[in-house]
Amino acid sequence: MMGLPLEDTETGATFDLGRYEFTRANVLSFARRFDPQPFHIDDEAAARGPFGRLAASGWHTAAAWMKCYIATSQAAEAKLKADGKPCYTTRPSPGFNNLKWLMPVCPGDTVTYRTTITGKRDLASRPDLGLVFSFNEGFNQRGELVFSFEGKALSAKRRPP
Amino acid sequence: MLYYEDFEAGRTFPLGPYPVTREEVISFAREFDPQEFHLDEQAAKASLLGGLAASGWHSCAMLMRMICDGYLNRSAGLGSPGLSEVKWLKPVFAGETLAGTMTVLSRRVSKSRPEMGILECRWELFNGKGEKKVEQTGVNFMRVRQP
Repeated sequence: MMGLPLEDTETGATFDLGRYEFTRANVLSFARRFDPQPFHIDDEAAARGPFGRLAASGWHTAAAWMKCYIATSQAAEAKLKADGKPCYTTRPSPGFNNLKWLMPVCPGDTVTYRTTITGKRDLASRPDLGLVFSFNEGFNQRGELVFSFEGKALSAKRRPP
Repeated sequence: MLYYEDFEAGRTFPLGPYPVTREEVISFAREFDPQEFHLDEQAAKASLLGGLAASGWHSCAMLMRMICDGYLNRSAGLGSPGLSEVKWLKPVFAGETLAGTMTVLSRRVSKSRPEMGILECRWELFNGKGEKKVEQTGVNFMRVRQP
């Protein structure tokens, strides 16, 4: 991750992933396409709904984490390449655990994301790959934790020189 | 309108079909997950996924749409606190059609909010060949018809 092979991925390391601004336009656009529950697409229904006002789809909050993660990782990869160093691009993920939507995210909110490496291991079936585990969080502009999940993703191991 | 009382443990609801188009795979990936195996046919073929595949987060979003169309938008839903597990079992390829099932695993009424029921659900999606692609387990809050 972040352009590094599994061997150089350090448990405990935290990476700031930047922020995503939830606007009325992008909240409505995402929800109309993928999550048209009344409290995500209609102000009046949302006022009577569980959040008391229009809120972003939880999957929008999650997708915005991915957007920030990839932007940060690709910037790190580009820097390694520019420095003439070996670079290991991101690999797919088999899924994740314990995703929590802790507070509603509403139009006008900005969520700042971060990821912390919580562990890693080899893969018996693939000597060239490992699995990296992470804890991921999103905080709104008031510093409140609104989103978290335990991620895992495949990671390349160092190529022989 | 469906309420908590209608979601007995063991009851199932059909989901989909949802055609996974190349255009939508690329458009979602450009916006949220611009890794080459979600954007470019050739790069995807050479990758671990073996073909142009939807972002896992896109498959979550597609499932959410199937949930809304399948039962949630005719239910008294009160949102979700999250999911215990999401498995991306196999790549979801552009051109496939997804369909599946929601199963109510268990349910109870909230002690602190007797007007709200807590449904533990499993959602499963398969392609046309019957291969399971996605499995999610999580919670949906649902209004109780007669608290």
